[in-house]
Amino acid sequence: MHAPVSWLRELADVPADATGADIAAALVRVGLEEEGLSGGDIKGPIVVGRVLTVEPEPQKNGKTINWCTVDVGEHGQRVTEGKAQEIVCGAHNFGPGDLVVCVLPGGVLPGGFEISARKTYGHVSNGMICSARELGLGDDHDGIIVLSTLLGAEAAAALTPGDDAIELLGLADEVVEVNVTPDRGYCFSLRGIAREYALSTGGVFRDPAHLDVAAANDDGYAVNVTDGSPIDGVPGCDRYVARIVRGVDTTAATPQWMSKRLTQLGMRPISLAVDVTNYVMMLLGQPLHAFDLSTLSGGVGTRRARPGEKLTTLDDVARALDPQDLLIVDGDDRPLAIAGVMGGESSEVTAATTDVLIEAAHFDPISVARSSRRHKLTTEASKRFERGVDPAVAAAAAQLAVDLLVTHGGGTADPGVTDVDQRSSRGPITFDTTLPTRYVGLDYPQDEVVGTLRAIGCDVTDEGVAEGGVVVAVLPPTWRPDLTDGPDLVEEVARVRGYDQIPSVLPTPRAGHGLTHGQRVRRVVANTLAQQGLVEVLTYPFVAPGLFDALGYAPQDVRRRAESLVNPLSDELPLLRTSVLDTLLEALRRNVARGQRDVAVYELGLVTIGRDEPSKAPVPGIEVKPDDETLARIRAAVPDQPRHVAMAAAGDVERGGPWGPGRKVDASDAVAWALSLGTALGLDLVVTATERAPWHPGRVAGITLQDGTVVGYAGELHPKVTSALDLPARTVAAELDVDVLVAATGVPLQATELSTYPPAHTDVALVVAEDVPAAHVEAALRSGAGDRLESVQLFDIYRGEQVGDGHKSLAYRLTFRAAERTLTTDEVSALRDAAVAAATERTGAVQR
Amino acid sequence: MSGPNKQYDPVEVAALDPAVIDQAVADAVAAIAAADSLDALKAARLAHQGEKSPLALANREIGALPPSAKAEAGKRVGQARGRVGQALTARQAELEGERDERILVEETMDLTVRAPRRPLGARHPISLVSERIEDIFVAMGWEIAEGPEVESEWLNFDALNLSPDHPARGEADTFFVAPAGSGLVLRTHTSPVQIRTMLDREPPIYVLCPGKVFRTDDLDATHTPVFHQFEGLVVDEGITMAHLKGALDAFVQRLFGDGIVTRLRPNYFPFTEPSAEIDCQCWVCGGQDPSCRTCGGTGWIELGGCGMVNQRVLRAAGVDPERYSGFAFGLGIERSLMLRHGVGDMHDIVEGDVRFSRQFGMEI
Ligand SMILES: [Zn+2]
Repeated sequence: MHAPVSWLRELADVPADATGADIAAALVRVGLEEEGLSGGDIKGPIVVGRVLTVEPEPQKNGKTINWCTVDVGEHGQRVTEGKAQEIVCGAHNFGPGDLVVCVLPGGVLPGGFEISARKTYGHVSNGMICSARELGLGDDHDGIIVLSTLLGAEAAAALTPGDDAIELLGLADEVVEVNVTPDRGYCFSLRGIAREYALSTGGVFRDPAHLDVAAANDDGYAVNVTDGSPIDGVPGCDRYVARIVRGVDTTAATPQWMSKRLTQLGMRPISLAVDVTNYVMMLLGQPLHAFDLSTLSGGVGTRRARPGEKLTTLDDVARALDPQDLLIVDGDDRPLAIAGVMGGESSEVTAATTDVLIEAAHFDPISVARSSRRHKLTTEASKRFERGVDPAVAAAAAQLAVDLLVTHGGGTADPGVTDVDQRSSRGPITFDTTLPTRYVGLDYPQDEVVGTLRAIGCDVTDEGVAEGGVVVAVLPPTWRPDLTDGPDLVEEVARVRGYDQIPSVLPTPRAGHGLTHGQRVRRVVANTLAQQGLVEVLTYPFVAPGLFDALGYAPQDVRRRAESLVNPLSDELPLLRTSVLDTLLEALRRNVARGQRDVAVYELGLVTIGRDEPSKAPVPGIEVKPDDETLARIRAAVPDQPRHVAMAAAGDVERGGPWGPGRKVDASDAVAWALSLGTALGLDLVVTATERAPWHPGRVAGITLQDGTVVGYAGELHPKVTSALDLPARTVAAELDVDVLVAATGVPLQATELSTYPPAHTDVALVVAEDVPAAHVEAALRSGAGDRLESVQLFDIYRGEQVGDGHKSLAYRLTFRAAERTLTTDEVSALRDAAVAAATERTGAVQR
Repeated sequence: MSGPNKQYDPVEVAALDPAVIDQAVADAVAAIAAADSLDALKAARLAHQGEKSPLALANREIGALPPSAKAEAGKRVGQARGRVGQALTARQAELEGERDERILVEETMDLTVRAPRRPLGARHPISLVSERIEDIFVAMGWEIAEGPEVESEWLNFDALNLSPDHPARGEADTFFVAPAGSGLVLRTHTSPVQIRTMLDREPPIYVLCPGKVFRTDDLDATHTPVFHQFEGLVVDEGITMAHLKGALDAFVQRLFGDGIVTRLRPNYFPFTEPSAEIDCQCWVCGGQDPSCRTCGGTGWIELGGCGMVNQRVLRAAGVDPERYSGFAFGLGIERSLMLRHGVGDMHDIVEGDVRFSRQFGMEI
């Protein structure tokens, strides 16, 4: 919302030396965020000019510039002396004869841009023809300002080249722009902003709604307010004021001061009737609608739309109406407007209109908000109604519009005044005046609390003394529908004193538990991988439906069952990932595409397990705690989202250098990374032979807990997957369920006492069939060797003639140690034989 | 020297002739000095100290001498062998010293070559900043609470006093989970974790809720549809806005520097009342530089929103607003990272380029 300082001065006492910045600061203090400050930093000559000639000149860069001559009156190069101002202009929305705004050399535009004569495109340009944006009159920079369009032909006709455009357009006036939060609808008006300014500065506020308003009578235009299906029991319209002005010259010029103000507010003056309704809305916050009375059949009313009804709105769009839309209808039931949003074409005021019906109504914010959203139509009116318009100002707003039409359009006001007022009365808030002190932590004496509430327009009456404080009855002003409970009033008291007065007191909770076990495990997981050379990345969880085919998932694979979005960011990526690898592989690919040859990345994050039988999550509404059963259904409807960690790598895992060649990453690195997480957590993970998409069927290992619970998988990706996803050949990957690791740990590990007796080493070579996993052989050795086995290390794998086709020889070093003494050679041999025997029995191993 | 011995004159044993012995010593010393390597010295040792050396042979002759002559001859040969031995030891030490020097020179490596064989990886700076923020609050006695990213609409909106007609609930900001009307969304803030916490446990509650959140913004230099937030929630008896400011001041001082304070400005959020915008003093210029790029010359940096938990929210989560009050705040982690570390473009944070994470290492 824009607030010109000169206008604000009419409504509140603003010190003569107060700048726009001072005013903005005062408004910020009470909760209106400053959005911008314009004007004030402008300097002439900025004048009205008449374009004499326009010569288009195509340029080498493909643009066409216009070489213009402009009559700027007694400034610069004078036509009277046979020479017109020569200006280069890049815009094309004007022609010879148009009145424009020129800034001449020496002038300064908003933002401190000083204009001088300069050489450009082979000419000397003596100034600039200005756009609205360049003059700080809004964001319109499609083209330069043509004054007959901006101010209307009649107003433009009164202008002479050389006239001061600073005064004409109010450019010297500073305009403060503030952001209005959804609870402060009343600040979408000068009336509201002036009130807040006065509140902030403690100065006087002059309410522009205090004017002579004709009393309602029974002679007014027929208005039939009905609502067959109110939303949540709230009628769509609870007040409708209708006034008629007859014999208006709707082609009469809008007065210059009104055009100027509308321009300052970023609105384009259009015609007298429209400008008057806009002006009143900007001043009082009450949206008005003007109907051409001759198009009506003798009465208006409200009702909800019927299925299949249509209305062509003023923006020339034929709209299918929804039964929840509240309509303004003609006496014959024909739709005229979507209430509070936009009027229809059929009853629009035109140049031919002479009799005007003014509507000043109050509509249900929810009803207007829904219609506005449904029709994707946000208007100045809907913006205000959605946030709450002061229902008490309707009659004054209608009166002001009538007065302005009479004064500037030469009309006559009908004596009939319709005011259908069906507002329900609002109850007071019972308020403990010690609440602000208790809620804010700063002392607010009783008189200050009551004084502030009265200053914002509340009616405060004594209710009696309660325990430790005084309870009062507070009736908020009509323009503050947002004030409904104690804390709302606390905010008023706190903001008027100033939030900057609130002290800083550190709250001191009792001792906390620190991070949870799960949170600590995640840090260990993340750090362990980073310490081994992997780089953490974070990816978006959105995936394409075709991805699961590319990953080679079987038709029944549960990982295909992904949740999808109704409104994805991109139609190509509507699904939520079911594995972290789904999106991590793309990050790997991108790194490779950017020239990184050796990449190892990982990500920790949630995945979403698609629901078997999706149940709808109940949405029981606000303000009440749902019952336990509803809460249980809400929680049950949320899909499981376990936390996974995934790794992916391509290229060299060990770099080449002066020390020798590098080493390519391979499947065993992925397995080693996976196992390292177990090691870091004191967990002895098991590696199993398995098959699993998207991995190479012969190069993937399952990672499990000792009890067989699956933790995840690691290995080399299937060649079809790397080729489908455009990844380097031999890319390796792993994905583990971190929640499983968390659940498997957390119980304090019990230490084993260390033996100080010497270890005994013995080597065995075992020949097994090629398809026997080494992990099985090792497990058998361990079980046969018993407690005195300290470690088993596979140090060689041999294939060749000596072991025969389809076989391999696995060489292990067994290390034994006893807790209480040195083992004898015979004992070690016996333990080794027992280990080998177990391996033979379980895996068919033959000792070489 | 000794007089002539008619029975057996050592002079007559050629090997024991003093002149011969002196010559042997001189030969030995010359050979030792000439040895230019440890191997050459070894050869000289064999030749002049070995069993076949002239002095060893001379020594052997002593046994055949009459007792009267033995002592003198023994002394002479012994002294001679001693001199050879000393020369050997000295030369040995000299050559070994030279060898050691040479080895050190030969073993020189150019350690200015920075090329680790297995380079260290890195954490993502969003994770690092997030952990740092978590640690700040944990140190104040708070706990870290988490929740799902696909969340129920009720927990994400209604329980927070965001009615179905609230603009933030439209498709403009929220990702809805299919099918339409499922009652599920991608959470738009971590506030549902606050509600879950209040539903699950009794006050006092002091929790920080960090996590990933989703809004339907397009990715550009300052926006991303998937970003990270941390929200704080305190519910206890006698909690005031002064406590809110105290917690925020403590936080910014620990993350951005001692002496930095926050400023609250009135604002509106459905889930808090009173509500405020949080600004933080500019730690770069301290408000002294009108051209400061961090604060735009205003001296203040916008951090997020906060307020006293709306009593409707407390009621929806089963907390008695007559007995308890609370505050909540929400700030962006990406924004904290960008401000604290001068990250200029959101693309770098979200695109997963390893060069970005590698700049930060393992601690931030
Ligand atoms: Zn600064």
